[in-house]
Amino acid sequence: MQKKISSIPFSGTPEQEAQLKETIARYIDDPGAVMPVLQEAQDIYGYLPYEVQKMVAEGLGVPLEEVYGVATFYSQFALSPKGKYNISVCLGTACYVKGSGDILSRLSDILGIEAEECTADGKFSLTACRCIGACGLAPVIMVNEDVYGRLTVEDVQGIIDKYND
Amino acid sequence: MYRSNVLVCGGTGCTSSNSLKIVEVLKEEIKKNGLEKEVNVTTTGCFGLCALGPIMVVYPEGSFYSMVQVADIPEIVEEHLLKGRIVTRLLYQETVEDDTIKSLNKTAFYAKQKRVALRNCGVIDPEKIDDYIAMDGYAALGKVLTEMKPEDVIQTILDSGLRGRGGAGFPTGLKWKFAAANDADQKYVCCNADEGDPGAFMDRSVLEGDPHAVLEAMAIAGYAIGASKGYIYVRAEYPIAVKRLKIAIDQAHEYGLLGEDIFGTGFDFDIQLRLGAGAFVCGEETSLMTSIEGKRGEPRPRPPFPAVKGLYRKPTILNNVETYANIAQIILNGADWFASMGTEKSKGTKVFALGGKIEHTGLVEVPMGTTLREIVEEIGGGIPGGKKFKAAQTGGPSGGCIPAEHLDIPIDYDNLLEIGSMMGSGGLIVMDETTCMVDIAKFFLEFTVDESCGKCTPCRIGTKRLLEMLDKITKGQGTLEMIDEMEDLCHYIKANSLCGLGQTAPNPVLSTLRYFRDEYVSHVVDKKCPAGVCKDLLEFSIDKDKCVGCGLCARNCPVNAITVTDYIAPNKKKPAYEIDHSKCIKCGACIDNCRPGAVYKG
Repeated sequence: MQKKISSIPFSGTPEQEAQLKETIARYIDDPGAVMPVLQEAQDIYGYLPYEVQKMVAEGLGVPLEEVYGVATFYSQFALSPKGKYNISVCLGTACYVKGSGDILSRLSDILGIEAEECTADGKFSLTACRCIGACGLAPVIMVNEDVYGRLTVEDVQGIIDKYND
Repeated sequence: MYRSNVLVCGGTGCTSSNSLKIVEVLKEEIKKNGLEKEVNVTTTGCFGLCALGPIMVVYPEGSFYSMVQVADIPEIVEEHLLKGRIVTRLLYQETVEDDTIKSLNKTAFYAKQKRVALRNCGVIDPEKIDDYIAMDGYAALGKVLTEMKPEDVIQTILDSGLRGRGGAGFPTGLKWKFAAANDADQKYVCCNADEGDPGAFMDRSVLEGDPHAVLEAMAIAGYAIGASKGYIYVRAEYPIAVKRLKIAIDQAHEYGLLGEDIFGTGFDFDIQLRLGAGAFVCGEETSLMTSIEGKRGEPRPRPPFPAVKGLYRKPTILNNVETYANIAQIILNGADWFASMGTEKSKGTKVFALGGKIEHTGLVEVPMGTTLREIVEEIGGGIPGGKKFKAAQTGGPSGGCIPAEHLDIPIDYDNLLEIGSMMGSGGLIVMDETTCMVDIAKFFLEFTVDESCGKCTPCRIGTKRLLEMLDKITKGQGTLEMIDEMEDLCHYIKANSLCGLGQTAPNPVLSTLRYFRDEYVSHVVDKKCPAGVCKDLLEFSIDKDKCVGCGLCARNCPVNAITVTDYIAPNKKKPAYEIDHSKCIKCGACIDNCRPGAVYKG
């Protein structure tokens, strides 16, 4: 899938940069360092803008092309920031046969964004995700770490409202 | 010694419905009642009956509390733990028999199960190595290191008949034998915990419920093939499993069960964790190893096989989590014991993640050769709402659909291949008459198109063309020639793709074509979706003789497509409504809101 690259300007702090340098130093001798460093870099910055990828490439002494290649290959690496509340809708088989596709389209209608997008105020982002393993609760969505299961389309508005005040 | 032991499930299913909060409140209440020296609380791994979570079991009585709420805790503590009166109202109803309670092992869900890989799940606290050791943990590693030669270990695994539980079913002992035969300065033992099939959660439950079983087996494998280093490649989407693996590795180090000179035998073995980042193709063995090397997880051609040139071009074995979970038991109980379970060519047990349209969603472990009917109807409790079984899907996006006519086939690797599906890692999704098989094929193709890594053309472009054709068929734009063309393309993709992802991607299409061709034909010729799923082929209508004229449908219609008529049915007081098909967007709001059931689709 084509990744959405953010147009929001980069706003990293010196503290974040120091943290990233410390991470790079920890992995520098590990032959397979690119992935774990990018994972920690994403924890630090929330996403992987061009500036961060460049720091990782220079710090580890690998070509930027290789870092960019890895960052765009794996779906968990985000090149654009997530909203304050990220809503993931499980589209795994169990949830899908129980109607999670309808739940996703209702969320998309209410928020006015498509999957993999973020609302203009930075409050909500919407993700269609793979099975999160809570198939017993299908259909399931997650708002950040909170899990909502056994949902119907009618429940969706109420969940958004909870985060909207 | 504690008087009572309370086990609370801390697997992903139950923690998603708040079981950790339950543990917290439970401990508070126990303290409040001064029982902290008499009652012990343990957070365990998955019990398997996820549909009834959160789950709590109190021993010695064996009372099985299901769907426990935080608000129920004070009552359970005061009545049961303090006064010894079981709160029957909150028990799993199947365990209640008149005045007594039935043992869990006698309930339909558990009676036919045989727990080998899952033996410790829901029994021990996975974050305590002492719990694992108390269940004979690390005894097999001790036996191997002190009493057995590497070739004896390999022979035992070969004799047991254990085959890879990741899906393809390659004999595990043979894999080890090949890797052992190749000399190198460094070899690797890898564990595939990148469980990516949608609807599958067997490996996650083993890692969450019994992480040491995997560590111990990897060390045994290391000894057998002569490797000193291991990697577990686990999905980052499994935070609880990752956390427990980290704890387990630290504890094993502390006890000298990993690291240098294990049991004073001079054998060194260490394990590192590597987190995946959401790429399905990384479940394929060569991709997984490329990903451990920190690169884009693209597959490479075989040969050379990993046993010759694997991770960092060194001899490597890669086994799946469930395969490892069987190893220590085989060493302790012997190859004959393991080979006594199962069918002629598929030995032992298999864990399935039951999901979809089934009463008891959850995790089950049964001997190979159990029939699909036993799993669906007896263990799974059948299909909710009195609906009819249509098919079971196994093997995820690489597998196929098993129709009702094959419900009585004994499940093993070879039988499933013969009927056009595959064992896969163990996801088993049940579908009823309201599931459209063309739509399901399309769903899996969307998945593979999304997850194809793009390296080889047959998979990258072929799956995309397949999806386009499926899409046209679900929209009523298909032709009969298209179905034949699709079939040809499927065979072409299977024959020419580089790795397992592409070679199996057409399976969902082929198997639905094999058993449900008539559904494809209905979409193409009659422009109808028999299951009523494909929206473009649906028409919503109101049965005017059933309509009571309440108007709920009209009020809920987002596009005002429903208006009142002047027809009043006999025995009805108000005029009936009707749907303007030119305005209808087929959202289904009317059907969801109609109480007398007058709205129908077709």
